[in-house]
Amino acid sequence: METRELICIGCPMGCPLKVEINNGEVSSVTGNTCKRGDDYARKEVTNPTRIVTSSVIVEGGSLAAVSVKTKQDIPKGKIFDIMKALKGVKVQAPVHIGDVIVSNVADTGVDIIATKNVL
Amino acid sequence: MLRQVYDIVIVGGGPAGLAAAVSAKRNGVESILVLERDKELGGILNQCIHNGFGLHTFKEELTGPEYAGRFIEQLEEEKIAYKLNTMVMDISDDKVVTAMNREDGMFEIQAKAVILAMGCRERSRGALNIPGYRPAGIYSAGTAQRLVNMEGYMPGREVVILGSGDIGLIMARRMTLEGAKVKVVAELLPYSGGLKRNIVQCLDDFGIPLKLSHTVVDIDGKERVEGITIAQVDENRRPIPGTEEHYTCDTLLLSCGLIPENEISSSLGVEMSPVTSGPLVNECLETNIEGVFACGNVLHVHDLVDFVSEEAGAAGKHAAEYVKNGAKHPSSDAKDIPITATQGARYTVPKTINPDRMDEKHIVRFRVGDVYKNCYVSVYLNDQRVIHRKRPVMAPGEMEEVVLKKEELAAFPDLTQITVKIEEA
Repeated sequence: METRELICIGCPMGCPLKVEINNGEVSSVTGNTCKRGDDYARKEVTNPTRIVTSSVIVEGGSLAAVSVKTKQDIPKGKIFDIMKALKGVKVQAPVHIGDVIVSNVADTGVDIIATKNVL
Repeated sequence: MLRQVYDIVIVGGGPAGLAAAVSAKRNGVESILVLERDKELGGILNQCIHNGFGLHTFKEELTGPEYAGRFIEQLEEEKIAYKLNTMVMDISDDKVVTAMNREDGMFEIQAKAVILAMGCRERSRGALNIPGYRPAGIYSAGTAQRLVNMEGYMPGREVVILGSGDIGLIMARRMTLEGAKVKVVAELLPYSGGLKRNIVQCLDDFGIPLKLSHTVVDIDGKERVEGITIAQVDENRRPIPGTEEHYTCDTLLLSCGLIPENEISSSLGVEMSPVTSGPLVNECLETNIEGVFACGNVLHVHDLVDFVSEEAGAAGKHAAEYVKNGAKHPSSDAKDIPITATQGARYTVPKTINPDRMDEKHIVRFRVGDVYKNCYVSVYLNDQRVIHRKRPVMAPGEMEEVVLKKEELAAFPDLTQITVKIEEA
């Protein structure tokens, strides 16, 4: 049996988690104070994911750049592929929160969406 | 000079100002004006493009601009007036706010109540006493954040970060994602001043070393930063000779604390806490100047914007009540009970509480001065302990809270003193 200690990133509480793994299967999670901690621990030891945020250049708008994010979390190993795909991306104003900026970014099946209105 | 009249003037259109304005309107005050010095509302949230905001307020994880967007939408729905590119120069004790912008020039607003929501600013290099030359390439972490996220510029390629506050940690990740090499994060104290989740997500995820009890002892380069020397410090925070390590880099980011921006509050005569550098307030978030309220990072530096919104909502409500009922909240009220923070608790907000006036429950927020493990947060009414709550971990970087109950305070005979302290197991 393997034990891994994690710090939950589900919210700013940062609960210290202890995960017990038996033959590649999570057998128990302790230390969490909510359901989110349990979910995070199971995912983090099997398939860790992250939300990636960045900003891209806007042309013809009131601001120089618009902030963006992956609409859902993506596998941790894909972070730099996504950053590479965002390099050089330019959009035309107006941009609204939720607009798709890049669809299926780096073949993750996840879209990049705007997180700010730039008019 | 142009002179206008509003019931409530709010100084600052960041998260605190926005939430205060919406709350004041929803509590029955029509005439509200928000004054913002930047070219858009939202304050610092506009450059905080990372996610993790709003879990308490909206029960979902938003980025900074999205969180600000929600409140800006509410402000527009409530049809609350605001002025951008507007700098407040002065507030007089009869609540005349003097401000200026390009369209109106210098102008005055007579307000019935004022809410201070100016936020905070970063501690600068000048305040840190770092030896070495003054080359280009030294930025506060927040300046670098604005350049990268909003202006589209990269401040440098090889980076050393001094200070492990949240903005420094966030920028370690951000610079790495944009292709820079972050060589090390040095922290003077033996613990990080940032949230644990940020250490995991921003440093550990990318293999960036965090060196606790280290500081910058030299900066190389005359025109541009060429290298940084850090050294370990002893328990008195003095560099230990022989522990120096040199890093070749072109950029130094400073994330060494935030200071509430209270110049206009001070000149107005608002009494300040030497611990928080923010106003001393009662449970209505009212300062010693009647009808002047404070909320958000200008009051005390928060780590969660959700708590800023909550606090600002309360300030907006109390300001609205003040406008509607007049001086229902006299600061000289004899029944204001002082709250003393001691033995590990550094301060409390509010500083006084009035059992007659308070809501059924009141959250008192505070910070601890050191890292505590398996200790208790205790609250005493006079000499009697009424709260004794075990906390597995407490750290200076994370705000703590205790909840005081009206019935408990009101029922206590001859209450003269409330004390918040940390006790060992």
